[in-house]
Amino acid sequence: MPKVTFREDLCKGCGLCVSACPRKILEIAKDQINRKGHNPARITDQGKCIGCAFCATMCPDCVITVEK
Amino acid sequence: MVVFEKPKSLTDKEFHYCPGCPHGIIHRLVAEAIDTLGIEGIAIGVAPVGCAVMAYDYFKCDMVEAAHGRAPAMATGIKRSLPENIVFTYQGDGDLASIGMAETVHAATRNENITVIFVNNAIYGMTGGQMAPTSLPGQVTQTSPYGRDVKTAGYPIKVAELLSSLDGPAYIARVAVNNVKHVLEAKKAIQKAFENQIQGKGFSLVEVVSACPTNWGMTPQKALEWVEEKMIPYYPLGVYKDKKAEKEAE
Repeated sequence: MPKVTFREDLCKGCGLCVSACPRKILEIAKDQINRKGHNPARITDQGKCIGCAFCATMCPDCVITVEK
Repeated sequence: MVVFEKPKSLTDKEFHYCPGCPHGIIHRLVAEAIDTLGIEGIAIGVAPVGCAVMAYDYFKCDMVEAAHGRAPAMATGIKRSLPENIVFTYQGDGDLASIGMAETVHAATRNENITVIFVNNAIYGMTGGQMAPTSLPGQVTQTSPYGRDVKTAGYPIKVAELLSSLDGPAYIARVAVNNVKHVLEAKKAIQKAFENQIQGKGFSLVEVVSACPTNWGMTPQKALEWVEEKMIPYYPLGVYKDKKAEKEAE
């Protein structure tokens, strides 16, 4: 079962992972603010993840770890 | 099983770059190449002046900081005195293509056995978005508010094409990091540039077409679209010079 984890304190909310996700299951958490003062990215439906790691490939801040 | 995690050759220090800055992606690709080739113990990096000036904080290998544009000259000295080590420079367009042009061209024509990672985002990022030698014709920057006028400011310097006209360098390629496919291609090119040095082939330069969302005044997504629409047509991607491949073809 693919699993993505976000080290959300490092996230700068740029949204590059959101636009890279082919399953459209990532979003910028508008209701949340991290230590840096950004709205971090998060996954909405872990069950739909295919573990392609496109999100992690485009993440400039090494926030995302992908497991399969 | 972990399929993707932060490469071991990056330190735990958080990148200081702006949100969505592709410098982070390119740092990661360099670190992945170092990890894959198992050279973390012998790699020596030369940091530039520009946004990536703090690169020495991010790579888990020996790093030195060069004077503005002089990274290839410094790398030459390091490589010649420590030939067993793997020496790379990481430079932006203001550093490599402007003040450091002489050092770059001469290191290339001498075919120094070093690896150069050249990040081209068509603007001076750290100093606030001034026109760079690589800014596109008509591009609006802080110092070209009506767009770059080629009559007075000249045309952009195409570094990959320029250096590939020399007989010296072993490998010159241009890649981009604006989408997943291009990032994976960039990863291969950067790894090849390091392999060339291990095999003693000589000067390898990878030009990475990048973006500067902050100084271009765009969202990170829009900036990457702008790379696809404007930058890549002007700076075509591909391998411009590959000495071994040329030899095989003969």
